[in-house]
Amino acid sequence: MVQVQAQPDASRPIAPEKVREGIDLTVNGERFVHTGDPQMPLLWYLRDVLRLTGTKYGGELSGADLVLLDGKAVPAMGVPMARLAQRKVTTVEGLAGADGSLHPLQQAFIDEDAIGCGYCTPGWLIAALDLLNRKPRPSDDDIDQLPVLCRCGCHTRVRRAIRRVANGGQS
Amino acid sequence: MSAGVQLSRRRFLQVLAGTAGALVIGIPLAEAADPPLPPALLGDDYRGLGAYVRIDSDGNVLIGTRDPDTGTGTSTALPRIIADELDADWNRVGVIPLGLGVDNRNGQPFWRYGHQTGGLGDSIPAAWADLRQAGALARWLLTQAAARRLGVPAERLRCQAGTVIAPDGRRFGYGDLAEAASKIALPTAPLPLKSPDRYTLIGQPAGDVDARALVTGQSRYAIDSDFAGALVAVLAHCPWHDGSLGTIDTADALAVKGVVKVVQLRPEANRLPGQTVRAPAVAVLAENTWAALQGRARLKLRWQPGASGSAGSAALEQQATDLLDDKNATGQLVRSDGDVDSAGKKAARRVEATYFQPWLAHATPEPMNCLVRLDKDRATLVVPTQAPQQAWAVVQRLTGLAPDQIEIQVPRVGGGYGRRLDHDYVAEAVMLAKAVDKPVRLLWTRQEDLAQDFYRPASVQRLNAVVDRKRNLIAWTQRVASASALAGRGVPDDRLWASELQADQLPAGLVPNYRSSWYRLDSPIPRGPHRGMPHLANAFAAESFVDEIAHALKENPLDTRLRLLGEPRQIPLANGGTLDTGRLANVLRLVAERIEWKNWLRSVNGLGIACWHVNGAYVAHAVEAALQGEKLGIVRAVCAVDVGRVINPLGLEGQVAGATLDALSAALNLAVTFKDGQVQQHGYKDYPLAGMAQLPRAVEVIVVPGDRVPAGASFLAMPTAAPALANAVFRASAVRVRRLPLMKELLRLL
Repeated sequence: MVQVQAQPDASRPIAPEKVREGIDLTVNGERFVHTGDPQMPLLWYLRDVLRLTGTKYGGELSGADLVLLDGKAVPAMGVPMARLAQRKVTTVEGLAGADGSLHPLQQAFIDEDAIGCGYCTPGWLIAALDLLNRKPRPSDDDIDQLPVLCRCGCHTRVRRAIRRVANGGQS
Repeated sequence: MSAGVQLSRRRFLQVLAGTAGALVIGIPLAEAADPPLPPALLGDDYRGLGAYVRIDSDGNVLIGTRDPDTGTGTSTALPRIIADELDADWNRVGVIPLGLGVDNRNGQPFWRYGHQTGGLGDSIPAAWADLRQAGALARWLLTQAAARRLGVPAERLRCQAGTVIAPDGRRFGYGDLAEAASKIALPTAPLPLKSPDRYTLIGQPAGDVDARALVTGQSRYAIDSDFAGALVAVLAHCPWHDGSLGTIDTADALAVKGVVKVVQLRPEANRLPGQTVRAPAVAVLAENTWAALQGRARLKLRWQPGASGSAGSAALEQQATDLLDDKNATGQLVRSDGDVDSAGKKAARRVEATYFQPWLAHATPEPMNCLVRLDKDRATLVVPTQAPQQAWAVVQRLTGLAPDQIEIQVPRVGGGYGRRLDHDYVAEAVMLAKAVDKPVRLLWTRQEDLAQDFYRPASVQRLNAVVDRKRNLIAWTQRVASASALAGRGVPDDRLWASELQADQLPAGLVPNYRSSWYRLDSPIPRGPHRGMPHLANAFAAESFVDEIAHALKENPLDTRLRLLGEPRQIPLANGGTLDTGRLANVLRLVAERIEWKNWLRSVNGLGIACWHVNGAYVAHAVEAALQGEKLGIVRAVCAVDVGRVINPLGLEGQVAGATLDALSAALNLAVTFKDGQVQQHGYKDYPLAGMAQLPRAVEVIVVPGDRVPAGASFLAMPTAAPALANAVFRASAVRVRRLPLMKELLRLL
């Protein structure tokens, strides 16, 4: 095994790091200031910095990394922190009420057992919420467009869960 | 402990009181100190117990689940098997994954929990065989404790939803009895199990035990786990597993803020694939994922191809076709009944067809990852694996630790499909942790995940059938050419067919003259187990071919199948089981009825049907497909299964519907191709799992009730979905698709 170690450059004097402009953002109702790399994608900020691991890494187009940005579903992989100043981010951890009461869509996922391995579940929830926000009674064609990939095949049960919410909790 | 109740030949259930007065049923250990056990199950007592069931004085019940749950529902079904036998109140049952149970027996590993694999379809049968005894023992002890307290013979007490009830109506909650129960001597013989009419949970629908944690984002997968001070590692793998690193320049990578180290990895010599590093790789270790990814992007690497550098999937397919065309080539004989050659003399009709199926990747939703911490005399890992015992073997070899010094936690796994039976990523993480002397959190990107897979091999199959004057199918020959998924895995040459063909697959046993054989191809492209293998490929060929025979005879393909199955009877199988033709015909009839098969000729949309059997379970699909221009719509999908006794009908329905969609997604869209030894698919853009728009909006699942020993269902519904679809497409378009992925081929043929 060959190792290469990062060596501090002794010739350069140690200067205090320049104070970075912080990026002010709200995640699940809480305010945070990001002072790290402004190019860091939101996904890694959520997962590594805030330790909000409900938003998953699944790769481009997987949909596992969807979050609500000012109410609209976007893949967190594709959003650098630089674009998030004064923006509101909601992740799957932020869907339930502060008292632990579930959002009707979360309850519908439980009621319909709309879960396979569960890895894509947060993505489906965010994508479906975005849809329901835009269109409280979505058609099947609307539901067809949800941008989430799943290998366990929970699609039909997710569809039932969304219909259940659209029907006011009835399956 | 005075006595144990036999769980299986080598494992015994025992009881130990936690210090808080809990009743804990588990398995005694050897004299191991501080064994790696889930503290939640043990309370304050860490000595000498591997636990399945803990009943606390407050009446809460905690059940440990031993098999990894890759989305197959074992973390719900296994505890319900125990809880039913215990007569527990399901609302008060909590479930935790047990992690690997390994003890040190004179330096050798002893697998404390016995069965510990997930996604192979044998979790439920294995649990049925031994886990009920854990619940029965706890219930027996609680009943004995109540009997003593009440002064009533135990035989006159009954249990219901976490309480013991006396004939006069007096009742005790299990929590009140737990401490007393823990002091009662164990019975000396296995306890009788409940009669099925007393089941309260088995056969009743139950939602996933992790559902609330999952919908609130609280569930932790291995990829979400962390140790203090762990470095994130991302890898740049050599595109050729047998290639090597030419030049490397790490300066720019190391200049990225947060990057700590760059480490080279190489496969160990003379190790089976899946037990060592998959391909030469350069790892960038950093304080966070983003820094590691940036570091990797700034690596300047030049890789050199090995022998696989010239491998291509197109050339291999041509080889396969040539092999099947070559009159002098002989394959390995897998099964031979009667005499297919002389049967040919009675031919009134001959049918031949050749089917192609592509390479497939696993594309698990949760990519390969592994968290590891190495201490002086201890390794602690969090691994998304289907086979923790095999992961243990990799860690043990690389660390030299004693069996019980290795702790492997297995939280819920984001999909397995056979990929996580190999542990190359575990080897990588352990090597990296050794190299940097710090905990390591290894993460593969999706691109690495697709490029560094052990692929389902492509195959070309040629089928020949002979039909006599009375329309009887009298001979069937199935020849499969492929590069075996077992090659290079320590399997003898004359058994390499086992991953490519099944001796018992349909219509074996139903045709008097039957021959199946496998034609060996060699390929440097790494291969491995894949969900539903080899049923997935062979059912597509065989069940498409039955339709082609029916078409040649101008018959209703349902009738052709039912005639082939004949009278209900038991046909002995080579694997020791039996084929029950009555049960198979039944699932076939059920889907036919549901989809209104009687309209198969008149229907504007195409109807297709297929059936199969897998390890004592039976499945049939019926699909209705509509073709409008170049747009294919799957209007309906019906699936009937017969698995014997059903533990959790809701879970089973989910598995069956899910496997149907997974199989349809693969059949419609998916193929991995290689050029110059390199994978040409780099992400979901090139490997497009079907989205909702392509898939049916519902899967109508019919479950046949039964009381036989439950069979597994994790991939049962995979094999028949694609042939039913192809058969429906034929009815809708008159185009017979013999090559997958279906959409590409259909558009070519239309």
